[in-house]
Amino acid sequence: MRPMLVSILLLGSLLTGCKREQRVFDPGAAGSQPANGTVLSEVAAGQQPPKGNQPNPIAESAYAVAEGKRFYQAYNCVGCHANGGGAIGPALMDSEWIYGSSLEQIHSTIVQGRPNGMPSYAGKIPDYQVWEIAAYVRSMSGQLPSDVAPSRSDHMPMVVPEQSRPQEHPGAEHPQPVVSEPSR
Amino acid sequence: MIFSFISPMFPGHQTPLSPVGPQARHIEHNLLLIFSITSIVYVIVIAVLAYGVVRNHAREGFVPHTLVEDPEIERKATWIVGAALGLTIILLLVMMVSSFYTSHSTAVLAQAQAIKIDVYGHQWWWEVEYPINEQPYRMVRTANEIHVPVGAVVTIHATSRDVIHSFWAPNIHGKKDLLPGYENDLTIQVDQPGTWRGQCAEFCGLQHAHMAFDIVAQSREDFDRWYEQQLSPAPEPASSQAIHGREVFLTHACVMCHTIRGTTAGATVGPDLTHLASRSMIAAGTLKNTRGNLAGWISNAQSIKPGVRMPPNPMPSSDLNDLLAYLETLR
Repeated sequence: MRPMLVSILLLGSLLTGCKREQRVFDPGAAGSQPANGTVLSEVAAGQQPPKGNQPNPIAESAYAVAEGKRFYQAYNCVGCHANGGGAIGPALMDSEWIYGSSLEQIHSTIVQGRPNGMPSYAGKIPDYQVWEIAAYVRSMSGQLPSDVAPSRSDHMPMVVPEQSRPQEHPGAEHPQPVVSEPSR
Repeated sequence: MIFSFISPMFPGHQTPLSPVGPQARHIEHNLLLIFSITSIVYVIVIAVLAYGVVRNHAREGFVPHTLVEDPEIERKATWIVGAALGLTIILLLVMMVSSFYTSHSTAVLAQAQAIKIDVYGHQWWWEVEYPINEQPYRMVRTANEIHVPVGAVVTIHATSRDVIHSFWAPNIHGKKDLLPGYENDLTIQVDQPGTWRGQCAEFCGLQHAHMAFDIVAQSREDFDRWYEQQLSPAPEPASSQAIHGREVFLTHACVMCHTIRGTTAGATVGPDLTHLASRSMIAAGTLKNTRGNLAGWISNAQSIKPGVRMPPNPMPSSDLNDLLAYLETLR
């Protein structure tokens, strides 16, 4: 009896991997409403930062992250953030987050834009793709569940993929440093 | 002689049995030679086998021979088997030499005066570039439609932007693989004006079957006219509908992936749409380029070609109408 029980448990544990590769090719007209900004709560005092839209439930599957990587290149996020190291824009692979590290907050950052250079992509990128890009951005600092992170990069060089880097631990919100104005 | 008799029996725009270029003709000859030899041999073998089975089968009370050592029969059998073996070797050699000759003759078109065309395979469409005379300002970029002058030698410089594809226009030449990170050359010549269809011939993902292209062979004058017309930027829209359509294009997701020269849209992820209306098909040979098909394709391409990179673009129908009006001006 015991071997059977063990094998049933082992086979059952395989089920946990089912959603890893789940993909939805046709998000449908409703799911593809252009991202047009998020509802911010009126009061943002206390510990809890304002939440954005509800995330796409499969946004953190392996397929979504791979798609996010493609869009990150295609929509020229690379142009400012490089491949995570940052250049004109801030680095994305460290634990410093000016506008929050959660999936919802990154989604809001992409959709609304941020001061000093980050343009708003509202209406330019379909909403489900924004979630996929946000998932990829999070993955660059090792925030992915380990069953989702790929074992090798999508590109030809055989290197450790950026989605499998050691996890960074973002602290509390880091407000942008205020540059003191020169006295008049 | 037999070839010139057989070829016209199989007309078509995507078949190696109706060659329109010298290389496809060589390949067809080789194909027919090997096909004739193997068919004849096959018929003979089956006939002898059938004779052996049927010969004594019908006879009442037939008892099979026991094995008897008869030197006369042995000598006869040795001769027959030896002759068949010799004939087989000769026929295999004939087919081998013919194949060598075919490979050689498909590779010897004079390339000095060749027109160069760059072809890039994408999942799942073909990007086509004409870097004529290497002059950047004379470069034309289009998609899924390759125009060539009739009778001219054309070198196709092919590579892939993602996975392995294969370029195959059966009326014109054999297959040539498009490999990421590696460039392959294919020299072709089309002797007959017309539109010849080609197809990706290496499984490249979900929509491999919907990755076709057209080779349009036209006279030198028509080709030059087409080329000059493709060089020009997109015309300014005249009607107010089309002007609004351009605004819709430039403020929606379209602009993230597509180029229309003459506007601020300059992304190179998807096909160049500067002269979209001059092409006969959309979505890599999937649909005819009509207003209705284009509307369906823009609204939800995923329902037509699941997995394609084009996302659904929901927009008010008046905006969609104006956008279509604008796209139709892109001649």
